[in-house]
Amino acid sequence: MQIIKQVSYLLAVMLLGVMQIASAALTIEITQGVDGALPIAVVPFDTAKLSSKLPVDLAAIVASDLNRSGVLKSMERAQLPASPHYSNQVQYQRWRGAGQDYLVVGRVLEKSPGIYNIEFQLLDVLKQKQLLGRSMQAKKRNLRSRAHQISDFIYQQITGTRGAFNTRIAFVRAQNENAARKYVLQVSDSDGFNAQNVLESDEPIMSPSWSPDGKSLAYVSFESRRPEIFIQHLATARRSKIAGFSGLNSAPSWSPDGKFLALVLSKDGSPDIYTLNTATKRLKRLTKHRSIDTEPVWTRDGRSIIFTSDRSGSPQLYQINVAGGKPKRLTFEGRYNSAASLSPDGKFSVMVHGERGQYKIAQLDRETGNLTVLTDGRLDESPSFSPNGKMVLYASTRGNNGFLFAVSIDGRAKHKLSDQAGDIREPVWGPFESK
Amino acid sequence: MKSIRQIKPWLLAGCLALFVSACATTQDEVIEDGPPTDDQTQLDGAVTQDDGSGADASGIDGGDDGGATAIADDGPMTAMEMLEKTEGALANRSIYFEFDSAKLTSESIEILEIHGNFIAGNGEVAVRLEGHADERGSREYNIALGDRRAQSVRRVLLFQGASTDQVETVSYGEEQPAVMGHNEQAWSKNRRVELIYTVN
Repeated sequence: MQIIKQVSYLLAVMLLGVMQIASAALTIEITQGVDGALPIAVVPFDTAKLSSKLPVDLAAIVASDLNRSGVLKSMERAQLPASPHYSNQVQYQRWRGAGQDYLVVGRVLEKSPGIYNIEFQLLDVLKQKQLLGRSMQAKKRNLRSRAHQISDFIYQQITGTRGAFNTRIAFVRAQNENAARKYVLQVSDSDGFNAQNVLESDEPIMSPSWSPDGKSLAYVSFESRRPEIFIQHLATARRSKIAGFSGLNSAPSWSPDGKFLALVLSKDGSPDIYTLNTATKRLKRLTKHRSIDTEPVWTRDGRSIIFTSDRSGSPQLYQINVAGGKPKRLTFEGRYNSAASLSPDGKFSVMVHGERGQYKIAQLDRETGNLTVLTDGRLDESPSFSPNGKMVLYASTRGNNGFLFAVSIDGRAKHKLSDQAGDIREPVWGPFESK
Repeated sequence: MKSIRQIKPWLLAGCLALFVSACATTQDEVIEDGPPTDDQTQLDGAVTQDDGSGADASGIDGGDDGGATAIADDGPMTAMEMLEKTEGALANRSIYFEFDSAKLTSESIEILEIHGNFIAGNGEVAVRLEGHADERGSREYNIALGDRRAQSVRRVLLFQGASTDQVETVSYGEEQPAVMGHNEQAWSKNRRVELIYTVN
């Protein structure tokens, strides 16, 4: 495999503008690029006609998004041979000479103060023609979101697959403040920027899980000095405690129809999987075993649950019908397989895979049973599929902190979402924005 | 509560109801790897091989070793005073485990039997068992593992006569390591159950 090890220099330059505005946000670093990624140049959008400077650099966000996919490779801004803003200004041979297959040009107009019109075009350099042209309205606060939408349009046009850039991720950040440990549950754009606090606590917060409509999070909070499960509506911050039984209340996971939560309780002895009807609060015990049963995730049809159990002596993945029955073991390779996340088409599961004392993210082909290791850390955990199934977000411990990484499902492109402050863990990728 | 910004107390009532019903259900599923009968206890006692690292301690050790019996002999020592002693089994409040295991060693069982006798004999004492795991593997699995470790400890305490009201368990999984670091030295200190006492 020809892997190019690239350090962050080129992206660091591109992101400089963005970082100044969102200084507390995550920064992106390419840790492993891909040979054969399609070259694309994203020219800074024309903002000359605006009354005040735009708070975000749209083209930089788009270029960074496309890079992260591993499918496309954005040209370094300093290398751009020209700065056209309209397709009729483009001299194609210059871009061909610069080795580019695709070119994105655009401009921002101000319709009224604070209301913008963003126009962009995706051009095929070799065929010298426009592939896509769009115009979209934006307010100041959704400019970043619009940039991610542009990335989605471009990605879909070129690859045929729906882009997942305009989505959100949730994660937990732990940091030391005045010698005390603080935990913050945050939601950010898929690139780690624009992080918003959902909950702050002096006690651990764990296991965020997105509702299928993307409007709520379930999570575990130790605020009462024991693990309990809460559901919080993001827009209103209204929340409710869903499980506060004696013992463990953990690992919440939403059913695809949003009506049930799978969760783990130890009130009846050892940790077992239960389902909870969120409307009626009716609780149903699904597993009954002396071993640890945890980390439930629903299959896409909502008919079964995949979970981790050490009933065979070490943690492995199992599948059980939600109507009940005998669980079926899914993993056989390696001593330690846990924390499954399923691809949207249901064909793959990613998980924590431990072998010879190292914990990496591996992908299981559920049809063939083949297992492929995707990452190369020592302490990798919490894998989560992107809603288009092309990337996997995960956390890895490096030094004394945890960082977020995204890896393409072929394992070839890997990007670090890093941060100066705090120990970041348990990323979960949210669903597509509902239209 | 104080630590949380966005708490909405109105739902607590509903949850309390759930909680009460939870308490009503039995909690007695016996788990296979319960306290093994320890046939090594006498040996250890004879060979003064216990953790007290020797030097000038031999005389004191003898007295302390019988921790449980000493309560009666030494007259009116309060539970608080017993807990404030810095030596002896009661001062040993961290129980360690092997990787991915909730099995107690025979040494741990001995220590816990002394704790169990102490709790059983002092109704004003309550203990919170905080289960922990090292950082390896997944977080949710680790919190379940911490729960099982705390349950293993609880079983011994109850077996010695501590009442269920006196013993509370909670698992923190890998969230609160005792020692920072990413090696076996740190991990072995983090795979633990801590006994946190309160005297009412």
